[in-house]
Amino acid sequence: MIEVSDVTKRYGPTTVVDQVSLTIPRGGVTALVGPNGAGKSTLLSIIGRLLRADEGEVRVDGLEVSDTAGSELAQRLSILRQENQVAVRLTVRELVEFGRFPYTGGRLTTEDREHVWRAIEFMELEEFADQPITQLSGGQRQRAFVSMTICQDTDYMLLDEPLNNLDMRHASQTMLLIRRMATELGKTVMIVLHDINFAAYHADRVVAMKDGAIVADGLPSEVISDETVTEVFELDAPIHYLDAKPVVAYFAIQHHRE
Amino acid sequence: MIAAIPRRIPTFAIRRRAELALLVLVVMAAFAVALFMTYDLKGSLSFALELRARKVAGMVIVGVAIAYSSVLFHTTTHNRILTPSLMGFDSLYVLIQTVAVFFLGSATFLSVDPRIRFGLETLLMLGMASLLYRLLFGRENRDLFMLVLAGIIIGTIFASATSLLTRLIDPNEFMTLQDLLFANFSTVNRDLLLVAAVVTLATMIYTSSLLNRLDVIALGREHSVSLGINYHSVVRRCLIAIAILVSASTALVGPVAFLGLLVSNLAYQFTGTFRHRYTLLAAGLVAIIALVGGQFILQEVFSSQTRLSVIVSFVGGIYFILLILREGRR
Repeated sequence: MIEVSDVTKRYGPTTVVDQVSLTIPRGGVTALVGPNGAGKSTLLSIIGRLLRADEGEVRVDGLEVSDTAGSELAQRLSILRQENQVAVRLTVRELVEFGRFPYTGGRLTTEDREHVWRAIEFMELEEFADQPITQLSGGQRQRAFVSMTICQDTDYMLLDEPLNNLDMRHASQTMLLIRRMATELGKTVMIVLHDINFAAYHADRVVAMKDGAIVADGLPSEVISDETVTEVFELDAPIHYLDAKPVVAYFAIQHHRE
Repeated sequence: MIAAIPRRIPTFAIRRRAELALLVLVVMAAFAVALFMTYDLKGSLSFALELRARKVAGMVIVGVAIAYSSVLFHTTTHNRILTPSLMGFDSLYVLIQTVAVFFLGSATFLSVDPRIRFGLETLLMLGMASLLYRLLFGRENRDLFMLVLAGIIIGTIFASATSLLTRLIDPNEFMTLQDLLFANFSTVNRDLLLVAAVVTLATMIYTSSLLNRLDVIALGREHSVSLGINYHSVVRRCLIAIAILVSASTALVGPVAFLGLLVSNLAYQFTGTFRHRYTLLAAGLVAIIALVGGQFILQEVFSSQTRLSVIVSFVGGIYFILLILREGRR
């Protein structure tokens, strides 16, 4: 279980995350949605101990993240941010192998290598496995990083816009894979999503943020309604239903004249 | 200028290439040392050998210290261009010495055992280096070019402060200082040589347990933290190692600009990998080859009186510009 209590983060005079409390039980996919600058990524980074909260605390399975040994936490919780630039030259396989680091400290066993290969297969990167990541396209590189996170094989996975840069096919496949990791392997996934429709279709729970605070929280069908979409995104978009799941047709809004 | 990378390189091939590169470098370094030691020996054999051995030892220690500190610095700052010497670390060491002579007088300064002096100066270096690091790298967002600029400015400030003090100082004191600061590879202090050797070796051992973690650190702070690395502790240990290594090399032969940049980047290219157990060693070996081989060529082929550090700075400077241009194009 992830317990976030009264977490606040400020940058100078701006409060980016404002006294947020949130409990994520084990299992399931929780999507964080909201407009740019709502504080989703910052909140995720605080939970993933990449940033320190100014106030409040975060516990993962009862362990306070800021004073638990990094190596212990790394076997329970992984986080993947959206900017993934690496200055060194390494291949996809070498990158994915780093996912085993929390368990091996750098020495891989045959079993670890199997883990690595499975993670590469999951993301359909077999043909790129031995290519330097600098030679990959943005989407392929993104998949390589997701693959590393999968290889880390933690109970909790925090993903910050993992669908960025991916084409339609790979975006939907990655989302399906994330869905499967929750359903079949019992992983707990927290994911920041740019596209609300991925959240609507695949998430078990949607948390909407605006101005550093949580403004709606619940089942996708509850949260994604005319009122919240208008309030959170300041967008008057029609909502349709597909397989009884909401789809926000934000690309189909008309240009309104006053 | 960069070796062409094949599109597919299986992991075992990467390792084999790195091992092969190390082997070639070891042979070349051994050859350079052997040549330097034995070429055209005249007069008293034992005297000549001892003199040359001391020079070689000095160059090996300086080379390894500069190479190690540069690679560690690259990894902890996530770039391949900045080196401790570009960030003014060795100018800082020179400044510390100058300030000491200025205020204490050379008589008092020189009466202190060089080993104790080295120890005190290294301590000061540690303090200043951590302050510098916190100022420059403490913030979460850093722009590489801002850092290059800041480093060059800071280095210039240290160098100007040094030069100001040397102008104000008594001319006799200045002579002493000159001897201290611009000792070249031919006049290495024997007491200091031993201390520097021990300190360099100790630092290498101190960092050897970090090698696997350093490989992860090269991915950047966020990935390292997610993979369970105690990022700040590793970086702090590296910084301590860097400050000690810079002190050791600067105490022996004075600042050698651009050597670290040159040898570390050549090592990355030769080994074709980011793994520190290869790159650190390779950089050390390249430095030995460059210094010992370069000094040999300078002495025997050109029989010139030019200092090796001048040539290193010249070649390294050109390489630095090329790297900056390439980085800028990305």
